[in-house]
Amino acid sequence: MVMALLAAAPAYPQPQPVIGLITKTETNPFFVKMREGAAETAKAKGARLMTAAGRFDGDNASQVTAIENMVAAGAKAILITPSETKAIVPAIRKARAAGVMVIALDAPTEPQDATDALFATDNFKAGLLIGQYAKAAMAGKPAKIATLDLAPGITVGQLRHDGFLRGFGIKEGDPGIVCSADTQGDQAKGQTAMENCLQRAADINVVYTINEPAAAGAYRALRAAGRDKSVVLVSVDGGCAGVRNVKAGVIAATSQQYPLKMASLGVEAAVEYAKSGKKASGTIDTGVTLITDKPMKAVDSKDTTFGMDGCWGK
Amino acid sequence: MTPTDTRTPVLQARGLVKRYGHVTALDGVDLDLLPGEILAVIGDNGAGKSTLVKALSGALVPDGGEIRVDGRVVKFRGPGDARREGIETVYQDLAVAPAMTVAENLFLGREIRKAGLLGSMFRLLDKKRMLADAAAHMDSLQIGIASMRQPVESLSGGQRQAVAVARSAFARHVVIMDEPTAALGVKESRMVLDLIRRVRDKGLPVIFISHNMPHVFDVADRIHIARLGKRVAVVSPREISMADAVAIMTGAI
Amino acid sequence: MGAGANRQRDKAQGTRDKGREPIISAIGPVAALLLACAFFASQSDRFLSAQNFSLILQQVVVIGVIAIGQTLVVLTAGIDLSCGMVMALGSIVMSKAAVELGMSPGAAIVGGVMITVAFGFLNGALVTLVRLPSFIVTLGTLNIAFAITQIYSESQTVSGLPDGMLVLGDTFRAGNAAVTYGTVLMLTLYGLVWLALRETAVGRHVYAVGNNAEAARLMGISTTRLILGVYTFAGLMYGIAALLAVARTGVGDPQAGQTDNLDSITAVVLGGTSLFGGRGVILGSLVGALIVGVFRNGLTLMGVASVYQILITGVLVILAVATDQVSRRRSLR
Repeated sequence: MVMALLAAAPAYPQPQPVIGLITKTETNPFFVKMREGAAETAKAKGARLMTAAGRFDGDNASQVTAIENMVAAGAKAILITPSETKAIVPAIRKARAAGVMVIALDAPTEPQDATDALFATDNFKAGLLIGQYAKAAMAGKPAKIATLDLAPGITVGQLRHDGFLRGFGIKEGDPGIVCSADTQGDQAKGQTAMENCLQRAADINVVYTINEPAAAGAYRALRAAGRDKSVVLVSVDGGCAGVRNVKAGVIAATSQQYPLKMASLGVEAAVEYAKSGKKASGTIDTGVTLITDKPMKAVDSKDTTFGMDGCWGK
Repeated sequence: MTPTDTRTPVLQARGLVKRYGHVTALDGVDLDLLPGEILAVIGDNGAGKSTLVKALSGALVPDGGEIRVDGRVVKFRGPGDARREGIETVYQDLAVAPAMTVAENLFLGREIRKAGLLGSMFRLLDKKRMLADAAAHMDSLQIGIASMRQPVESLSGGQRQAVAVARSAFARHVVIMDEPTAALGVKESRMVLDLIRRVRDKGLPVIFISHNMPHVFDVADRIHIARLGKRVAVVSPREISMADAVAIMTGAI
Repeated sequence: MGAGANRQRDKAQGTRDKGREPIISAIGPVAALLLACAFFASQSDRFLSAQNFSLILQQVVVIGVIAIGQTLVVLTAGIDLSCGMVMALGSIVMSKAAVELGMSPGAAIVGGVMITVAFGFLNGALVTLVRLPSFIVTLGTLNIAFAITQIYSESQTVSGLPDGMLVLGDTFRAGNAAVTYGTVLMLTLYGLVWLALRETAVGRHVYAVGNNAEAARLMGISTTRLILGVYTFAGLMYGIAALLAVARTGVGDPQAGQTDNLDSITAVVLGGTSLFGGRGVILGSLVGALIVGVFRNGLTLMGVASVYQILITGVLVILAVATDQVSRRRSLR
């Protein structure tokens, strides 16, 4: 009875397509920038933006609920930074079956083709660039490397780590890697990890960090040990605080990501789908730029002024 | 009924009322405890014995009526108020902290502090004195627990009861006991009844609730019979038979 | 006759039972810590040095102080899930007060600590006056504190702190090692709280309330006031931990403390304190925190992957609780 009523309802053109944006968390400046970019583009293109977020990194349940609510509210497309790349897939499949286009932002789902498209940083490339940079900065000196990683099993952390190794020209298990510790991307834990690594090998001279807070923590430990001037410390993210740290000489080089670009491209693709029914597909690399004030010939980079221009956060 | 005694009751209740929703546990109950006596409180289930005892010990606040200590009207807002009036109670579930030692339980809520500045400013406990006092106290009551440092949970049921009774014997004024022999065997009950007598012999009047007629008739000086939240009679065990007491209790007489 | 024979038998039994249970629950964690140290010393020649131990102490300082508050709450048979978030809020408030509002370090610190104490009081009030279970209450305040922290800080780390706030991170030489003032503060706090729990009536009342709250009430102890006081004092500890976190990392980090509730509970459990309340030694929590720190440090020195730290911590927690239960059952027989 209800279905008949719905079928008989006049289909008048929607003046404003509804687009949903679901981020991992509400307040992380990375996602704040994404929301800003999405809101701007949505306004410019005459679309209505609905936003939602999980309560913490890994909060799959909230994201599932958000997808369901947005589909029920008539969203034509949903952009999502998945907290749990596998667990979110069933909810995404259901949404797509209902005719909603789903685009993953920042990180792919597992499997990647569970979403219509992926607009993301090439996290492997982000690691690769800083690996190449570090190698060049060492100028042939024997390297004692410490990797300060994220946590077991998280794709982003794994990709950046592997990219760094490739860029540096070594494989996992290389004797040059004298220490690996997890930081959960947290500043205090980064400090502890670096302290313990320095205890293991006081002569570490290259430090890869998963993100800039971890790098800030590592720097504090390096400085307490008097090693801050003799270590090449590299990171990923390109947040404004991180770029300031590059400028201050705390971080030697960082790979900058563009959450704003991810979101605005996503909104554009969504508007296109709403208008013409043409879905986005494949992977769009939203770009990563190496930011450093001490450029090396072997790898392209931009300076911190450029970095501050395109940075996210404050 | 016994002839009226003209001494001032150490503890007296008049018209105590306590309601729980639709249930009236105390329906204007009276009680008189004379100096130096053991007063047993008996009654059927639901007669309000436990509630009466809790009102007298400050564990609950009655909805109406008055309580007098040595003729003075008092208002107990909590168990601490009753303890401060020198009334100590042995509750049915003993109210001991099982993980704490015998000495710690004996002095729970009335810990002794060290003399001088250490005690008054830093509030440090005089643990040695408490241990010694605990041992002396138990000896005076002839309770055979060797170490005051044992956790109460490692004691037998009878020993735990003895600790709870001994704790109440520190009272200055009145000792109240709720079913002190209920969970005990013959030998241990004997021990507790002797203990009750020793407490009375120290000069402390004792109120005790019991279901056990032989025990009641063994130690009580007078028997307060409760029924349906009121006091229906006060009798002497020497002037009435057990059967008659039970009959009054159940309403047959 | 009866009493005399009883006394003889109890004397025999008494000397057997007297000290067993508390000794095991105190020795267990220390034994585990020593064993761990011995093991790591055998695996790496960099483990057994004054400098390395000083480092481990510095690394556990924040959790160590949070665990003081957590232990007290757990001793009253409660639990405080909000500790880490309240600490983070405190560190953001004090660092923002110093950097943006231009307050003096002392005033800023006091401001931050007042906020954490207020949260502690709020927890205590909801538990005692509204009679809500502490798990639920602190789950709620955890989220409230987190949200306020993120909103107030806009999820940005606060840096550029005045030196006056970082004093506790400064070090002095003690023999071969550089020891931070923060470490000294943590050890002092543990000592003071330990003394208070052992040697004052209030300390005993904490144990009594956790062991049998109704008994404590019937003995005239104001359980409401006591529990309120415990949660409020815990809030004070979280405020001091906030200052220690700021001094250690040099920044006010709104993302800090997210795992601190579980980490502090781990330290408390490893230290032999019972989650059911009324049993435990506060120094055990320090040992528990050190055990976690020693494993983290030792495994990194050995080059073992971090995921094994997580596995080992889980195994240790179960062992700690199981040992405690088994030894208690034995001493009751």
